[in-house]
Amino acid sequence: MKTALQPATEEVWTWLAEVPDPEIPVVSVTELGIVRDVRYDGDTLVVAVTPTYSGCPATAVIDLMIEDKLREMGVENLRLERRLAPPWTTDWVTDEARDKLRSFGIAPPIDGTATDGMSAKAARLSGETNLVVACPRCNSANTERISQFGSTPCKAAWRCKDCLEPFDYFKCI
Amino acid sequence: MAAETIPPGAGVKDPFIGDDTLRPAFFEWLCRMGDNALILGHRTSEWCGHGPVLEEDIALANTALDLIGHTQMWLGLAGEVEGKGRSADDLAYLRDAMKFRNVLLVELPKGDMAVTIMREFLFDACHHLLLSWLADNAKSPRVAEIAAKALKEVSYHLDRASDIVVRLGDGTAESHDRMQAALDLLWPYAGELFAGDEVDSALQDAGIAPDLTTLRDNWDERVRDILDEATLKIPDTGGYTHLGGKQGRHTEHLGFLLAEMQFLQRAYPGASW
Repeated sequence: MKTALQPATEEVWTWLAEVPDPEIPVVSVTELGIVRDVRYDGDTLVVAVTPTYSGCPATAVIDLMIEDKLREMGVENLRLERRLAPPWTTDWVTDEARDKLRSFGIAPPIDGTATDGMSAKAARLSGETNLVVACPRCNSANTERISQFGSTPCKAAWRCKDCLEPFDYFKCI
Repeated sequence: MAAETIPPGAGVKDPFIGDDTLRPAFFEWLCRMGDNALILGHRTSEWCGHGPVLEEDIALANTALDLIGHTQMWLGLAGEVEGKGRSADDLAYLRDAMKFRNVLLVELPKGDMAVTIMREFLFDACHHLLLSWLADNAKSPRVAEIAAKALKEVSYHLDRASDIVVRLGDGTAESHDRMQAALDLLWPYAGELFAGDEVDSALQDAGIAPDLTTLRDNWDERVRDILDEATLKIPDTGGYTHLGGKQGRHTEHLGFLLAEMQFLQRAYPGASW
C-alpha cells in the first residue's frame, strides 16, 4: 500500500539547499554543485551526490546530513547514489556561494582555470602569472601562494602581501 | 528504513564486468592500480606530523588522502570484477605481501624529503600520463570515470612535485646532493612502471590500458625536462631495472609496512567503525 506523499523534486531541491557543507558550513551542498540529480524511482526518492575530492573525509558525513534532512522532512523511501562522472569541478560552485565564501574569508575559485592535461605544468612554467587571487579580506591582488595544499583537500594556502593576512583559496579542479 | 547507499558506478553499464575471459587479468590490473595508490598513499601518510615545515606536512597529508581515495575506487572495482564479494577494505587489509601488486618503487621506505619528493615526482609523471590516457581512451567506462576523477587530483600532485624537484635540485649544495642521491637510488626502480607482462598485454588488447612503450617515451621526455631544469643527472644504470612487484615479488620493506597498516584487522579481525 502506497501512502507516503511524494514531495515534488523542486521542493526536495529547496530542502537540500539548507544542508550545509560540514567543513565550510557557510555554503550548502547544492551551492557547491555536488548534488547532481534528484528523481523518483517508483516511490523511492533518489539523490545522486558526487564527491569533491575522491578521498575527502566529508563525503560520508554529507551523505548522513542529506539523509537526516530528508528524513526530517518526512521522506521515507530514500536512496543515495554516489556518482563519479562527470567529475566534480569548481565551475559548478554557484555565484552566490562564491560571494559567501569570500565573506567567510576564503577566496573563491577562479573560473576557467580548472586543471586539465598539461595546464598544471603550463601554470607552473608560466609562474602562474595568469592567475590572480584577490585577498578576501582587503581585496588586494598583491597576493602569493604559500602552498598548493591547505586545511582541506579543496583549498590552497595563500597570503596577502598588503594586509599580510594568510588566507585559504578554494582551488580550481 | 535506512537509506540504501549505491556505490559509484553502479548505474554505469560496463561490458568488461562479467567478462569471464578477461576477468583474471582485469582483476590483476585493477589491483596494480589500487595497490600503487594504496602503498604510496601509506608511505606518504608517514610524514603526517613529521613534515619539515607545516605547509609541506599538510601538502603530503592531502596527497596521501587523495591516493587513499583513488585506492577505494580502484580496489572497489577490483572486488566487483573478481566477483567473490571482496570489498576495497578486504583487499587492502586482508591480503598478505605476496598478493600485493604494487611496483617496488612505491614500497621503499620514505627516506628523507628528497627521496619522498623524487619518488612522488617519478611516479606522478607516469601516473598523470596513464590516467590521462585512461580518462580519454579506456573502453571500460568504469575505468575511464575513475581515471577522470583521479586525474584532476594527480595534476596537482605532479605540479607540486615538479616544482619542488626543481627548487631543491637547483637549490643549495646540500639540497642538490640529496636530490641527486635520491635520483640515483630511485632511478633503477622507475622502469618497472613500464615493464609490461601478459596482464598488460591482455588489457591493452581489450582497449582498456595503453601501450607501455609509448607511455615510457612520453614519460622520459617529461621527466628529463624537469630533471635538466633541476640540474640533476640521470644515473647510468646500464638499463638495469628492479622488477617483481607487479607479480607479487616484493622487497622486505613491504612486510613491515603491512604489519603497521593492517595491524587493526589482524589484531581484531572484522573490526569496523
